[in-house]
Amino acid sequence: MKAHKSLSRWTRGVTTAGSALALAAAGLAGMTATASAEEDTFRVGVVAFLSGNASGPFGIPARNAAEVVIEGINNGDLPAPYDTAGLNGLTIDPVYIDENGGTSQQVEEFRNLVERRDVDAVVGYTSSGNCLAIGPVAEELEMLTIAFDCGTPRLFEEVESPQYLFRTGLDATADNIGAVRYLQDTRPDVTRIAGIQQNYAWGQDSWRDFQAALDTLMPDTEIVAEQMPQIFQGNYGSEISALQTARPEIVHSSFWGGDMEAFVTQANARGLLDTATALLTTGESAFYRFEDRAPDGTILGGRGPYGVFAPDNALNRWFTDAYVEAHGEQPSYPSHKMAQALLGLKHAADNAGAEAGTKPDRDAIIETLRGASFESVSGTVRMDRADGHQAVQDMVYGEYHYDSSEGPRLENVIHYEAECVTAPEGEDPVEWIEAGFPGVDCE
Amino acid sequence: MLTAWAILADGLIYASWLFLIAAGLTVIYGVMRILNLAHGAFYALGAYTAATAIGWYYGGSGDTHMLVSYLLLGGCALVAGALLGAAVERGVLRIMYGRDEILMLIVTFALLLILDDAMKLIWGTQSYLPYQPYAEMGRMNFDGLSVAYYDVTLIAISLLVGLGLWYWLERTHTGKILRSIIHDREVSAAMGVNVKRMFTITFMIGAGLGAAAGGLTAPAISVAPGLGAEVIVVAFAVVVSGGLGSIGGAAIGAIAVGLARAASVHLAPELELFVIYAVMATVLIFRPHGLFGQATARKI
Repeated sequence: MKAHKSLSRWTRGVTTAGSALALAAAGLAGMTATASAEEDTFRVGVVAFLSGNASGPFGIPARNAAEVVIEGINNGDLPAPYDTAGLNGLTIDPVYIDENGGTSQQVEEFRNLVERRDVDAVVGYTSSGNCLAIGPVAEELEMLTIAFDCGTPRLFEEVESPQYLFRTGLDATADNIGAVRYLQDTRPDVTRIAGIQQNYAWGQDSWRDFQAALDTLMPDTEIVAEQMPQIFQGNYGSEISALQTARPEIVHSSFWGGDMEAFVTQANARGLLDTATALLTTGESAFYRFEDRAPDGTILGGRGPYGVFAPDNALNRWFTDAYVEAHGEQPSYPSHKMAQALLGLKHAADNAGAEAGTKPDRDAIIETLRGASFESVSGTVRMDRADGHQAVQDMVYGEYHYDSSEGPRLENVIHYEAECVTAPEGEDPVEWIEAGFPGVDCE
Repeated sequence: MLTAWAILADGLIYASWLFLIAAGLTVIYGVMRILNLAHGAFYALGAYTAATAIGWYYGGSGDTHMLVSYLLLGGCALVAGALLGAAVERGVLRIMYGRDEILMLIVTFALLLILDDAMKLIWGTQSYLPYQPYAEMGRMNFDGLSVAYYDVTLIAISLLVGLGLWYWLERTHTGKILRSIIHDREVSAAMGVNVKRMFTITFMIGAGLGAAAGGLTAPAISVAPGLGAEVIVVAFAVVVSGGLGSIGGAAIGAIAVGLARAASVHLAPELELFVIYAVMATVLIFRPHGLFGQATARKI
């Protein structure tokens, strides 16, 4: 019995030691594999809404675009100037993260990406709240982070001297200055304006900027009604009645996704859009979905020259064809914005001065991207604000028209130069608008 | 004057929608004493089912009729909700009976999350807009204000549902049995009432009503992920204001909240969200058990 106990103890000891050795070996092998992966690949955290209300209109199109562009870059399929495979020859290894779940969770996910997943860069974020939360953390952790879609004008107010945070798309101020300029050019005689926005930062900031631009550019107009329903409310019957009784000529809305489509559908069915024209700053995302639910003449924006507003250049042709082939539908503006962020990253990595096939130094990539001018699916992008960390581009608006046999089309498309919709470096956007856009001549 | 008419019309339309959602919630709580957070998932299931049925019906090449589309909206949703309700009651809730109400609350919350994800797997993340019945019915115009006939029909349907529930509970044999269970579950069981069977029937009806509410609302909204969670909070505000378990209370609560919200949208839009909960808080200050709720002795 005693001998058996001793043998048992000896066996357990050997087993424990063996297990420890095996674990150590596995860990060593893992570390070797990771080190190997780090040398051969460029790991990018891609953060987009993969669940929740924002996933359908924004997150999934953005993730789809990331898949198409990353595969294209890795295979060297893109046209010039991105016709070399990989990021400086390194294969991109994407790590997809769901943006849903709130700002605290996103900060945790971001730290996870940096500290445990060992990413080389992060590209993502649609929610303004998430961008505002991630910005300071990106700076603290010294991680190259490209915000591809969020529109808050306060991003570089919160991060005053950015080193690691970039944004390759435009902000909401540009959307709303462009919207007023479009009204001024196409409907100079309107006087009665109403607005309906989602009651959170995005809706409130958009309405503030639109009103400020309206006061400056069209001072004879009057705000006859403003509604701020809860986000994702879905049913806007009462709000539509309130807008109808105010008899507006234009109804401005920064609604996005399902809320926007529901509002347009209900307002059209209720007859509001028989007498008023809807001006939808994010309307492009439903361009291929509206069909006859949006009346002819509805004014659409795409938050810049993206989606159906994107120019006919080689990069856009490649991207659109590849996207349609992979996903069976046309890309919308969030897809183009994701593609743009990844192209900005490739531009910086390829031109950071590292030997081909080796990983460029992060600081060198950042220095290359800061103040850069790079080609994209939307034309030339200039990183020309916020010390070279914020992109500027033209703003585009147009009118939606639909024919059941030919499908949707745009009419009266007008481009506004970047300088006409974006405040000069160092200027507060609202003060710049209220001062009458000093320093630019956009007449 | 136009604004007053608009407030009245909007208030009643919103109230009818609230009542349709709250009715099922109230029936389940009244009989089973379950605060069913999964009701939001039944609502969403009804909306998705109706969206699919309408997409199929209007996607075909044949003629369409309003009556058929209405039957599809309500009927498909009702059946889907009742079937899922039976599965949930038999498969999950039955093994939890006798536990604390708070535990049931957590269980139904878990069900809400699980069913929400399951619907995402089935219908994806893109929103659906089964708007055709809403647009086809047309609208009436009154001095620049238009009201959709679809919304007016919704008021009539909610009245019918309310009357139907009242008749079922007050004038039928099954209703009598249910009322006896409401008064005392144990004594009813001792008198030979098959309480478990009645619970299954009640839960199926409650879930079916929730799903039918979703189905009938679908043409006026964007059917998208997260729909159920958005609805359940305001539905609870209504049933708590009216008194948990009271059909009449749910109706009065829905009208109070609907009119208050409509008045806010027209007169003080910035208070729109606040006013719903202000109504609830005001009611609870003066009547802690809601307008029609009754204080009950706690059993030890």
